[in-house]
Amino acid sequence: MSKIETASATIKPPKTNIGIVGWSRAHLFNGWINSALTLFVLYGLYKVVPPFINWAFLHANWAPVSGTCSESSGACWSVVTANIRFILFGFYPHNLQWRPLLAIVILVLLLFFSQNRKRWNMKLLYIWTAGLFIMGVLLKGGLFGLESVETDNWGGLPLTLLLSVFGLAAAYPVGILLALGRQCRMPVIRSFCVVYIELIRGVPLISLLFMSSVVFPLFLPEGVVINKILRAQIAIILFTAAYIAEVVRGGLQGINKGHYEAAESLGLNYFQTMRLVILPQALKIVIPPSVSILISAFKDTSLVVIIALYDLLKTTQSTLTDPKWMGYSSEAYIFVACIYFVCCFAMSNYSRKLEKELDTDRR
Amino acid sequence: MDTASSEKIPFLRDPEKRALLYQIFTVLGVALLSYYLISNTLANLERQSISTGFGFLHKEAAFEIGESVLDYSAADSYGKALLVGFINTLIVSFIGIVLTVILGTIIGIARLSSNWLVSKLSASYIELFQDIPVLLQLFFWYAFFYEILPAPKQALNPVTGVFLSNRGLVFGVPEYHPAYLAALTALIVAIIAGIILKKWAHRRQDTTGKSLPTGKIITAMVIGLPLLAWLLGGAPTAMNTPVLKGFNFKGGVTVTPEFTALLLGLVLYTAAFVAEIVRAGIQSVSKGQQEAAVSIGLKPGQVLNLVILPQALRVIVPPLTSQMLNLTKNSSLAVAIGYPDFVSVAGTTINQTGQAIEGVGLIMIVYLIFSLSTSAFMNWYNKKIKLVER
Repeated sequence: MSKIETASATIKPPKTNIGIVGWSRAHLFNGWINSALTLFVLYGLYKVVPPFINWAFLHANWAPVSGTCSESSGACWSVVTANIRFILFGFYPHNLQWRPLLAIVILVLLLFFSQNRKRWNMKLLYIWTAGLFIMGVLLKGGLFGLESVETDNWGGLPLTLLLSVFGLAAAYPVGILLALGRQCRMPVIRSFCVVYIELIRGVPLISLLFMSSVVFPLFLPEGVVINKILRAQIAIILFTAAYIAEVVRGGLQGINKGHYEAAESLGLNYFQTMRLVILPQALKIVIPPSVSILISAFKDTSLVVIIALYDLLKTTQSTLTDPKWMGYSSEAYIFVACIYFVCCFAMSNYSRKLEKELDTDRR
Repeated sequence: MDTASSEKIPFLRDPEKRALLYQIFTVLGVALLSYYLISNTLANLERQSISTGFGFLHKEAAFEIGESVLDYSAADSYGKALLVGFINTLIVSFIGIVLTVILGTIIGIARLSSNWLVSKLSASYIELFQDIPVLLQLFFWYAFFYEILPAPKQALNPVTGVFLSNRGLVFGVPEYHPAYLAALTALIVAIIAGIILKKWAHRRQDTTGKSLPTGKIITAMVIGLPLLAWLLGGAPTAMNTPVLKGFNFKGGVTVTPEFTALLLGLVLYTAAFVAEIVRAGIQSVSKGQQEAAVSIGLKPGQVLNLVILPQALRVIVPPLTSQMLNLTKNSSLAVAIGYPDFVSVAGTTINQTGQAIEGVGLIMIVYLIFSLSTSAFMNWYNKKIKLVER
């Protein structure tokens, strides 16, 4: 008995169960269906990946001049390298492009800074307000001796970021109000909010953008003109607010009824109850879904192409209408897709991480 | 303060009266705002001498539409043009939804595969396609058709009778023959009979305990009846295959690059979301359920049909319908790549007639009808699900 025990303690697992061999046996070749699948996928990857690497890197053209591309069989990244400034900044004056660049850097720094949940307090809110203000000034100019730049010249990545960041920042308070309105006991206000939310969520964003570009000017009295970017921004805010309202409503419904009653029995009025007891908890629950709204708002800003605003996608498209660069759409679109992907991937990863952290908090 | 019950409550301290006041203010505010906007609009319209109303729908449209199932020409009215656009939206959404559900389910299941490679590959697919704007994907596929695919003369020919070129996708279809109509009728009859049979078998099992192999019978009917009808009709096999003539194909069915790009973009994008939904739905059914079902002696098919699917579908269907609605709403992006869907036709109408309010209003109403009918379905489904729950 004891002999067997000591023997089994010294016997190592068979070589086919450990290391790379063991791992691939367990994860790739367990059963004949899985083996066939693995081989099939490997064959597919072999057919796709090496030619793609050849095309995208080994035989690719990077020199920022046109004309050299037609000779090589690889990708023509020249379309990106030669037009990078136009793609990223649109018609923004060439010598002032450091300003939108600086604004983007500030935004990225702010995002990094607020990643840590320990920094979430009122101070952060002030920092963000100041940051957004500085970014606005950098783009617009006209203050502190900065040369003023017309909004018609704004374009590219700064415009995309502007529409999504300001869109979310402005839509959040509106969304919270709508959610509170939908939850309140006054039937008239409640039905207004319900109609608004359902109406906006029922129609595509593009119809609101059409509205902002062709119908909205009719709403204004004669002589009053609001510029195109602001109109699109308003449409995006109104659209995003309805989605935020639904997310916040989910948070409000997640709060135990006892909290409302406790707040009421302490003698807090409605606004105090909401501001001090309910909203701080509800908003905390809805942070992860809010990040996914930010992601979709960021992706949806690309729709302003259709009303001819020069966002990142539109600048890319107009580069491609240049006869010199016609026919290299894939390269340009892949480049833009990478920018979008990196941003969205970072955000969705962060949202997932946050969800995990907040989840353990509640247990 | 302490014995205030007999005292009259000051007007503003009474929550009910205060609520009434708030609501009156809200209504007044909304009314004032709408009055302001409407009066501005009317003044503006008058100045630009645009007449309001839907009278323009009867006027001649004077623009061509690239693809249409109806018999449409530029001499037809705006109303008919919009109808063509509406049908195009329905077609692309319907085909898109069917393909999305199939692809999304496959990828969602692949995500849960025990095969590391397959699972990681589908995870990358989901992440990649979710994080790129759908409009950019549409542009990409559109450019793919026009720039990368060869001209019809060098068309790719992956399967016999199917050609892929920068003129779109061309494939052969069977030549029309009455036997096909008969087969289609037989198929519908078989499906209806199958549903009735299933209900009847269910009731019989409930009362007598005897079961029928309904699955096998229905499969036999659904395959057998149309086949029989086709054979009785003379078993026609003539094909209408595309042939290259000059610079383009003659015969067969052509799917335009616009339609294919739109469909491809929408399906690949939405399938990534559907895959996540399917994965979450399957994972929501705990493993104990399956083990319990097996241990009470259910066969594998019954385990899936009677235990796993009903529970997974309860989690899957609500978000799935909202994804279907999203696909329908995103099909409005067709306007960017020139497929004549409803929004695109309405946009052209607005440009030509200047009837911006009516045009945008029509777009909104059409999509509201879609979303309202979807939520009606959702309510019905939720109610049905609730009955199952004990």
